[in-house]
Amino acid sequence: MKGLLNLVNKLKPTFSKGGKLGFLHSTFDAFETFLFVPDTVTKKGAHIRDSIDLKRVMSVAVFAVLPAAAFGIWNIGHQHSLAFGLDMTFWAKVWFGFIKFLPLLLVSYIVGLGIEFASAQIRGHEVNEGYLVSGILIPLIMPVDVPLWILALGVAFAVIIGKEVFGGTGMNIWNPALLARAFVFFAYPSHISGDAIWIEGLKDKVLPIADGFSGATPLANAAAGVQIPDFMQMFIGNIPGSIGETSTLAILIGAFILILTGVGSWKSMLSCVIGALAVGYLFNAFAEPGTYAALPAYYHLVMGGFAFGTVYMVTDPVTSAQTEKGKWIYGFLIGALTVTIRLFNPGYPEGMMLAILLMNTFAPLIDHYVIEGNIKRRVKRAVIK
Amino acid sequence: MYICAKIFKIMLEHIRLHRGLDIPMKGSAELRIEKTIVPDVIAVKPTDFKGLTPKLMVREGDTVKAGSVIFTDKYRPEIAFSSPCSGTVESIVRGEKRKLLQIRIKADRTIDYISFGTKDIFKASKEELAKTLLESGLWAAIIQRPYGIIANPADQPKAIFISGFNSAPLAPDTNFTLKDEIDNLQAGIDVLNKFTKGGVYLGLNSKDYAASPLYKLNHVKTYAFDGPHPAGNVGIQIHHISPIGKGDIVWTVDPVYVAAIGKLFTKGIYDVSKLVAVTGSRASKNAYIKCLPGMSMKDIADFAGPAEIEIYGQPSAIRYISGDVLSGDNVGPDGYLGFYHNQITLISEGTHCELLGWAKLCRPKKFSFSRSYCSWLTPGKKYDEDTNLNGGHRAFVVTGLYEKVLPMDIYPVYLLKAILAEDIDKMEQLGIYEVVEEDLALCEFVCPSKIDVQNIVSKGINIMIKEMA
Repeated sequence: MKGLLNLVNKLKPTFSKGGKLGFLHSTFDAFETFLFVPDTVTKKGAHIRDSIDLKRVMSVAVFAVLPAAAFGIWNIGHQHSLAFGLDMTFWAKVWFGFIKFLPLLLVSYIVGLGIEFASAQIRGHEVNEGYLVSGILIPLIMPVDVPLWILALGVAFAVIIGKEVFGGTGMNIWNPALLARAFVFFAYPSHISGDAIWIEGLKDKVLPIADGFSGATPLANAAAGVQIPDFMQMFIGNIPGSIGETSTLAILIGAFILILTGVGSWKSMLSCVIGALAVGYLFNAFAEPGTYAALPAYYHLVMGGFAFGTVYMVTDPVTSAQTEKGKWIYGFLIGALTVTIRLFNPGYPEGMMLAILLMNTFAPLIDHYVIEGNIKRRVKRAVIK
Repeated sequence: MYICAKIFKIMLEHIRLHRGLDIPMKGSAELRIEKTIVPDVIAVKPTDFKGLTPKLMVREGDTVKAGSVIFTDKYRPEIAFSSPCSGTVESIVRGEKRKLLQIRIKADRTIDYISFGTKDIFKASKEELAKTLLESGLWAAIIQRPYGIIANPADQPKAIFISGFNSAPLAPDTNFTLKDEIDNLQAGIDVLNKFTKGGVYLGLNSKDYAASPLYKLNHVKTYAFDGPHPAGNVGIQIHHISPIGKGDIVWTVDPVYVAAIGKLFTKGIYDVSKLVAVTGSRASKNAYIKCLPGMSMKDIADFAGPAEIEIYGQPSAIRYISGDVLSGDNVGPDGYLGFYHNQITLISEGTHCELLGWAKLCRPKKFSFSRSYCSWLTPGKKYDEDTNLNGGHRAFVVTGLYEKVLPMDIYPVYLLKAILAEDIDKMEQLGIYEVVEEDLALCEFVCPSKIDVQNIVSKGINIMIKEMA
């Protein structure tokens, strides 16, 4: 450790302002603080500080995403074997999925972090950790067959237009990961909708397709009135869909990590689920039997991106409502809107992405009314005369 | 006796605060007086008083007594600041732009006091009492809210508040430090009652209020507060007893100075000697000392542990803090105790680099309010806190965290953002009148983005003072 520290300290002057490679000081700083918690001491205010920092917060979030990612990797292989009627072992599926997922992850991190580093450099700031989370979320909400160049464009759009133009992590209005998906969805709709894109190789028919296999997601089937898998199968997640979104079980493990560590807000998650169930049951009450609206409301929790969005995106502290009361309203509306979009939008069966992005836009308004309420209450307070 | 205590308990109004944090630190002071400091040099520091522009009244070589005026407030010349001891003005220390920093007084072996004459507090008029307080230099002990600056003698405050306990990390125990001061405290309370029609309010710790010398006082309205730090901050107590609205002015006084005010009128002298807790993990003796404000840290050199130790294989010096770790001043080993501080904290400087610290599953030596490290699994454990920032400065990201350590009906992040935007109306509406730096110190402690919360609050208060002037 001493040797490493000495090496870093030796290199430091070269990368400091005025040094030979001084223009790279943000980049150097990012790697230095990655390796070592820096020796910065408090100057003003509180002399001691909590041991938590944003690196920790973000790494906990990444850690919480890993179960969903791991399941997604296996599921890539599993769906591939189903589609083409192949007999693959567990490890063969994992390896197949890993090989398909790795390039997506690399492209996401290289493009995203590259832009983050460059903009930190331009501004002379320290590199922010925010993209560590977005970087793994983005490939997980893409179909496995998404072309790498489209992914790269989506990432670039999300980071530059979604984040950096507003001033970087903490200043953005929309969730960067969802913005990447929205970009791909609107710019290249053929690559992110339809039945054939969710399974590796299905679109290009690389192999003869197994009899009767369609590759459609349960959401698409539900909207089309086709038989959907049973609840348990969708809960476990061995169904077609975006890479990380299929397994509600794996996502629940992530939710547990986020809630336990306090990194994700349980209020946002719970209110989102309540919102979805409320609207779902409302439609259940009025629906004719056999129609999509009659599908039991709790099915919506395990279909499509609902669970993934609820746990990893609704809880994004930057783009969600920032007041605790606001989080209840914000989450509820996302859940309610998602189910509404799913049931009434014929063009696209998934409502989670648009519901979250819409509520991202309105989150400051929700907070505004919560704060106004506080101001009014404070004026009215009873006081001792 | 038991029944009596029960009845009293019912009569006392209890206020329970759920939000806040007691940082589990090593190094609290044992309840014994280790030493009475006979000072060599005492410093009177204009910088102890927020927003003060001092006007110097002495020259080097002047002889002074305890209670002699050293400087006054340039804009309110009736407010004087005095020497706590007798001696000779040794040097006048100035900083950049000739800013007056310290007036160092070479102290006599025994203190020679100016006599201000004793007074019958009940018969004396408010003006007479104010005059003596102003002349003696003890007026500086009276702080006004909003803003936390020295009170204006022309004001009539809505009420006067005293917090009878300190909940800051390693704070001194007022039940111990004030136990022999009951008569002085009562006299002080009686003086303060003359300045307000609203009465004097006292906040005590619900855990041990019956043992507090302040509990026995008359002519005060007593409340018991239950909860973690900052329950002992007078600002938090005011918020729950009678919140400050626009146009309200209340005063606050530290109980140590309530006793000093009492002494001023019963004995006629400016005696501000007090018991100060020497605390922190780098102190070799954690105990109380009897001393004067402005004492030199050199006088407690024998209380400090080794000047340098190793943390993670790298050297770490001692940070000398006048006050507590959340809102005290870093004065250094040659510094002097602040006027308002009843505590000295010695902790390690965090000048070390920890390899992949943020990535470790557990950091057993580090405390965190969050549950992202393992410290929440060992609730009884005490930590050896150092001054490392534990991260880098970032924008606001995590939400809902500040609220967990601020037991007030205030949205701290929105208040801070209003200050950063210099939006006076919003600052007013969101509670700038109710807070001073120390009330939001815990927000600064828990912040993962390492935002200098107290500095921002300070900026906001300065903007308000300028705007309202």
